[in-house]
Amino acid sequence: MKTIFLISLSSLARHIHIWLEELIGNPNGVYITEMTIVGISLIVFLVVLCFFLGYAERKVAAFMQIRLGPNRVGPQGSLQIVADTVKLLFKEGLTPTAADKFLFHLAPLIMVITAMLALAPIAFAKDFQIFDMSIGVLYVASVSSMAVIGILMAGWSSYNKYSLLGAMRSGAQIVSYELSVGLSLISIVILTGSLKMSDIVMSQSDGWWLFKGHIPILISFVIFIIASTAEINRAPFDLTEAESELTGGFHTEYSGMKFAMFLLSEYINLFIVSAIAATLFLGGWMPLHFGHWEGFNHIMDYIPSSIWFLGKTFLIIFIIMWFRWTFPRLRVDQLLNLEWKYLLPISMVNILVVTLMAIMGWHF
Amino acid sequence: MKEPGYFKTIYLSVISLLKGMKMTGYYFTHLKEIQTEQYPDNRATLVMADRFRGEVIMPHNDLNEHSCTGCQACEIACPNGTIKIITKQEILADGKKKKAIDQFVYHLDLCTMCNLCIVACPTDAIKMGHEFEHSVFDKSQLKKILNVKGSKVKAGVE
Repeated sequence: MKTIFLISLSSLARHIHIWLEELIGNPNGVYITEMTIVGISLIVFLVVLCFFLGYAERKVAAFMQIRLGPNRVGPQGSLQIVADTVKLLFKEGLTPTAADKFLFHLAPLIMVITAMLALAPIAFAKDFQIFDMSIGVLYVASVSSMAVIGILMAGWSSYNKYSLLGAMRSGAQIVSYELSVGLSLISIVILTGSLKMSDIVMSQSDGWWLFKGHIPILISFVIFIIASTAEINRAPFDLTEAESELTGGFHTEYSGMKFAMFLLSEYINLFIVSAIAATLFLGGWMPLHFGHWEGFNHIMDYIPSSIWFLGKTFLIIFIIMWFRWTFPRLRVDQLLNLEWKYLLPISMVNILVVTLMAIMGWHF
Repeated sequence: MKEPGYFKTIYLSVISLLKGMKMTGYYFTHLKEIQTEQYPDNRATLVMADRFRGEVIMPHNDLNEHSCTGCQACEIACPNGTIKIITKQEILADGKKKKAIDQFVYHLDLCTMCNLCIVACPTDAIKMGHEFEHSVFDKSQLKKILNVKGSKVKAGVE
């Protein structure tokens, strides 16, 4: 694919690889050095991403509520998040006396680590992936559901009724909504016939699944967005935090940087969910192509693949933020009703339709 | 009322959710709708609403005249004892005595802006002002004398 930039992300990675091979020579040394580089750049990327998302969320919230949002620190308030981070760094990390100390300190780490693990198979650009494993979709689904362990750990070890209630709600919520997320992921896997992320992206070179898959895929896309919003505990499904009832839920007792880690993991999870949706339904880094519009397709090819990926991801992030600042929070019974009486039956029927479509070859 | 059926419920809820998203989406794309007043920056152009209650004031005209007859209706109406009216006997030109105010004492620190004094006033001598920057370091500065020194009651106001 042509790009206007001389250096695309994949060629940059290749150049670094060749350079390291010349420099070190020993393949194991190269491997370890590359892993370190990937780890550090991932952490830097995530911190920058969280700064951006934190700012974006507050601005989106403000504009949707006819407010201005942060506008004092830096131009248009863009340095507000930096100020907040500095504040959190200086805060006292308080641990309740009755808390289970080991689990209390471990929980935020588990949250962040599980969130970061799920980034591994995501294709950020053409040929630019941390680890293209053959079971990418399954891996993401299983790793991201481990976040509930961190939440339960935080809620249990805090020795606080609100924390425990929030954590238990989160358990019920993630266990139920995992099903719908899984089923809507499977509908794409049925059509592609592969769990590998790169295969799924390549299968959309002639059109995104959202367009190729007719109404059934549209339904599973909507179900995926709803269920994954619930899975990352964002409003309107934020019963685990529920400020007005539980004073912050599972992270009530956390302060300082441990609290910031929960915040970090929330935004990483938001990014991952949107990235998965973008990869599976909107073609990942694939440019937007229409059947026979050669000129149009050609112009689209000139936009770098990383821009395409991030653009689609941020579009979905915006939609999830839009949900958050529009809808009121559900009650627990409403939450479980929505999953077990609506989303699950619909996605099960939907899977049958998608399977039939795949067998008969009705998609494009 | 009969509950709507399964698919009707889905349809209705999707419609209502989309309506909500349309509203917030409208606000997101129409930034001129923003209601925020950037207060300390826009002090020069700040416009308060007519019904805003900042403090009780007593308007005086160009001849340094007010409309207060000293009837003390506001003092009786006030639930907090915010208003104290000190009256004096004025001797008119024809030798008759007439009750008039010496000092209209208004304790801003006790006032809850309930508007009852303004409602009680039979001559519309007092009204609610729009000034709201009342912060001072000394509480005694919040005790205000509303009638200007040397002011008289307007002719014809009984």
